[in-house]
Amino acid sequence: MIERSLSAHQGVRSQRCRICGVTSQPAPEAICAECLGPLEPVYDPDRPLPAPEEIARRPPTLWRYREWLPLTGRPLHATEAGWTPLVPAPALARALGIRWAWVKNDAVSHPSLSFKDRVVATSINAAAAFGMSTVGCASTGNLANAVAAQAAAAGLRAWIFVPDDLEPGKIIGTSVYGPRLVRVRGTYDDVNRLCAQVADHFGWGIVNVNLRGYYGEGSKTMAFEIAEQLGWRLPDAVIAPMAGGSLVTKLHKGFGEFLDAGLVRGAPPRVYGAQAAGCAPIVRLVETGGDRIQPERPRTIARSIAIGNPADGGFAARVLRETGGWAAAVTDDDLIAGIRLLAETTGIFTETAGGVTVAAARALARAGRLRADDELVLCITSHGLKTVEAVARAREPLPIIDPRLGAVRRLVESLDDEPSKLEAS
Amino acid sequence: MSVTVHLPAVLAKLADGRRALDAPGATVGQVVAHLAALYPDLAPRLRDESGRPYEFVTFYLNDEDIRLDGGFDAPVSDGDEITIVPAIAGG
Repeated sequence: MIERSLSAHQGVRSQRCRICGVTSQPAPEAICAECLGPLEPVYDPDRPLPAPEEIARRPPTLWRYREWLPLTGRPLHATEAGWTPLVPAPALARALGIRWAWVKNDAVSHPSLSFKDRVVATSINAAAAFGMSTVGCASTGNLANAVAAQAAAAGLRAWIFVPDDLEPGKIIGTSVYGPRLVRVRGTYDDVNRLCAQVADHFGWGIVNVNLRGYYGEGSKTMAFEIAEQLGWRLPDAVIAPMAGGSLVTKLHKGFGEFLDAGLVRGAPPRVYGAQAAGCAPIVRLVETGGDRIQPERPRTIARSIAIGNPADGGFAARVLRETGGWAAAVTDDDLIAGIRLLAETTGIFTETAGGVTVAAARALARAGRLRADDELVLCITSHGLKTVEAVARAREPLPIIDPRLGAVRRLVESLDDEPSKLEAS
Repeated sequence: MSVTVHLPAVLAKLADGRRALDAPGATVGQVVAHLAALYPDLAPRLRDESGRPYEFVTFYLNDEDIRLDGGFDAPVSDGDEITIVPAIAGG
């Protein structure tokens, strides 16, 4: 039961193996037929590229960078994805002990409030180009939300596989769109292995399996937007959470492509990666200097990045080392503190992976890996309302009063604080 | 002692189109070596020149990643199942 046929009205780019370099025709395949290495799209180096002024005139979506994305035609779906705010964060910078910080706020990504909207935007259009009517994914939650939402909008069927004990917010935020949502007994790595077999058997467009080459390229748009929003320049450093490890590699690739195109100048940003201590195979690879991931069994509340067998782990570790960046793993308590620090200093509510990113930035600054004069961009990849359990556990009891002004007055006096701060405690 | 090895489509092409093969051996490595001898075209896809598994090809013994339990040295029992999955994703 293989459903695939090439439709003529929209094209996708050829792919090349990241290991052996062999090029293959556009296809819903993510694996090199020669060496089984991962494939990624190839771009014609002589293709016409737009100048900054032309890009700036285009609609504020990730498609303004279409020359660097794997479609050769115009997108049919997810046409509004991307272009999230880059938010100045001076109070956060002070807390971290660095010169300046920005938050790349994909917590408000359209439509599903995580950066996974970017990768689904590119891969769902690839699926449509290949004539596939069913898409799907293995997911720790955010990708499930994004695939379900964008498949619903595109009128495609979706089969979505998640670990059985995923947070309720992630389950409801997927099932509301009406996909075939399947809870699999096991960890994300079990789900992932199953989906590799599902893609192989059914021929569906599993976005992070057989469409993975087209999927990953969507992440580069986060780097493109950072460069443009900084006024066509690069920051000193960028930090992002690591699950499968793809995002940090694509940030580096995106910055590099804009450098190659002459759109920005200077040194490529140092790339830093963040993981939870209960699932940190990439951090351990960076710290030990090895060349191969040793898989782990995840034990952390940061479910969205709890991948014990990160497919891009080796590539990620190399990017962190070669750019002069580094990696840090933080405890679950630290990540909860990270969520609160971000909320209290920037007004941005992130989920567990964002808490990991903020806490790791703090750890890296304290260790001297981030420098005091750094301008740092923190990639905040998803919204906090998806994992309220994480902070609900740590929340202090809130006062309950009768609806009388005197009650408020007594409260203000007893807490010796500004009234507006009470809700924050 | 015989175990069943499940191949993905991309590898089945190199094994006369067979998606499941029975092979003898006391460890995963011995089973893989047997298959490599049986299907010479498949051999260089299963392991590198030094006999190690590739970074992008994962072997599961009864659904458990062998890297968590001895790699190619992991012992197998009669009736076990080995599943080979190339390059799985993030997510």
